[in-house]
Amino acid sequence: MLNSYSMPDLAVEVTDLVKTYDKATFNAVDGISFSIESGKFVAFLGPNGAGKTTTISILTTTLAKSSGKVTVAGFNIDSQPAKVRQHIGIIFQKASLDRNLTAEENIRFHAILYGMYSFRPTFKMMPPAYQKRVTDLAGILGIEDVLFNPIKTYSGGMQRKLELVRSLMHEPTILFLDEPTAGLDPLSRRALWDYIKSINKEKGTTVFLTTHYLDEADGADRIIVINKGKIVSEGTTTQIKKNLINQYLLLDSEPRHVLMKELADKGIKYLVTDNGLQVDLDEYEPQELITKIKTKLTILQTHTPSLEDAYLEIIRSNEGNGNA
Amino acid sequence: MPISKLSEVMKEMGMLKYESQALLTIAYRDWVKLVRDRTRIIATFVFPFMFIAILGKSFDANLSDTIGYNYLTFVFIGVLGQTLFQSTASGIISLIEDRETDFSQEIFVTPVSRYTIILGKIVGETCVSLTQIIGIIGLGFLIGVRLNISEIIVMAPAMLLISLLGGAFGVFVMSYLNTQRLANQVFPFLLFPQFFLAGVFNPIKGNPFAYQVMTHLAPMTYAVDLLRSIFYHNRPEGALTILHSTLINTTAVIGLILIFFILGTKRFVSRERNR
Repeated sequence: MLNSYSMPDLAVEVTDLVKTYDKATFNAVDGISFSIESGKFVAFLGPNGAGKTTTISILTTTLAKSSGKVTVAGFNIDSQPAKVRQHIGIIFQKASLDRNLTAEENIRFHAILYGMYSFRPTFKMMPPAYQKRVTDLAGILGIEDVLFNPIKTYSGGMQRKLELVRSLMHEPTILFLDEPTAGLDPLSRRALWDYIKSINKEKGTTVFLTTHYLDEADGADRIIVINKGKIVSEGTTTQIKKNLINQYLLLDSEPRHVLMKELADKGIKYLVTDNGLQVDLDEYEPQELITKIKTKLTILQTHTPSLEDAYLEIIRSNEGNGNA
Repeated sequence: MPISKLSEVMKEMGMLKYESQALLTIAYRDWVKLVRDRTRIIATFVFPFMFIAILGKSFDANLSDTIGYNYLTFVFIGVLGQTLFQSTASGIISLIEDRETDFSQEIFVTPVSRYTIILGKIVGETCVSLTQIIGIIGLGFLIGVRLNISEIIVMAPAMLLISLLGGAFGVFVMSYLNTQRLANQVFPFLLFPQFFLAGVFNPIKGNPFAYQVMTHLAPMTYAVDLLRSIFYHNRPEGALTILHSTLINTTAVIGLILIFFILGTKRFVSRERNR
């Protein structure tokens, strides 16, 4: 029953998804499986051609899959595509605005196509609730002054903001964002992210993001890394960093050989680098290690990898393994 | 946890009303685009003007006495049918334009039925071509082909059907084409021969058998002949200008609309998703 709909525990459930494009000799998406809990913010990371946009296109029903099973908002994308579409919002990688219309017309037509309001040929004839929502959303993203201007006059960044306003009009329960901040200036990026995070936290909207900006993914509840159509890593930001790159301590003394001797005597393995002696923290807690060392140290640094370090390591090791 | 209000709104509104609102919106968008495109507005009158005022007038001066009916009126009615058919069919190219500008993604990701989306495009282009027809009827008035109000009213439903036929034909053709460039190259090859096969400018009654076969394969034939069968109904010129009765033409036009629309939409949507 439509009117008794409540979001299932899993907003997205993907099992053995495969997509092979016509005449392609490899799978763009190669048997991936994952699920996303409702209300979570998930980042889908991967280099160009990894299969991110293909996956998002399948999940949003605009592209047919080759095999596998996918449910979105509790509905099967093959047998209930219209139901899926009712519950999702999307910002595509490329702007999908009608350049012949004004910004407000783009939003109005979207709202009508989602059944929110009956058709009216002008903004003034639309219900006050619509007028308020459009102006409020435009205000949040700073495009209220140009709302009635043709899209042709909009910069790339303004078009992205408009697309976000449009995609949020119908209050989707799942929001798919395919590299939404590409081309935005830092200030606009920040404003857009603050808003996306607020709807994720306050309204519980599930957010599925693909991005090249790793700092944006850093704030996600979960990260899925895809490369060459396969999922190569999955987990929280901390888990991904921890699993792939060891934390280490960088130590040095003057002279260095004194410290090298002490470490060797105590059975502590180290690696000599240009910057000092690198001791992996796999077997030790930093505190425990430091208290063991008596030599006066000239360098004492902990190295915690960034998500970018982890991401690059994942992709490199995947390339090294020759996974296709 | 949010519960999408959308399903409830749709349920409240009723699916039929929801789909018709969506259809209206998609159609209105196309009409708005015409109104804002001055070049297209001017271009829509250039061809009919050339065909009627220049070609028609010239032939009328030389042929009308020998063929037994007013040639200018014959061409005018033919051009009305041809313009309605061609304008709507060509307007459907915007489906590919939408795909190339990625706007079609925005429409195809909405819950609107794919048939409603395509029908909305056809209805939109139908509104565009019917708007153009007002100008052409005005042009006819200036050059001496003066349709009276009752004639226009009687032909109006046929004009609507012809536009829908052009749109459905356009969707069918478009479902086989990938790019706007290709569509712009292919369309003239599919439309221009139909001008002559359908007898827009030339009398075709009494043509050789092979020509008659080709004539009956051209969808535009039924569009032009439908309009003439109504206009020349109960007029002596009808015997020389009409191929089939209004009933046969109407049946053919409706049948072709359904065939082209269903096959074209199925194929177009399938190609959008199966890449």
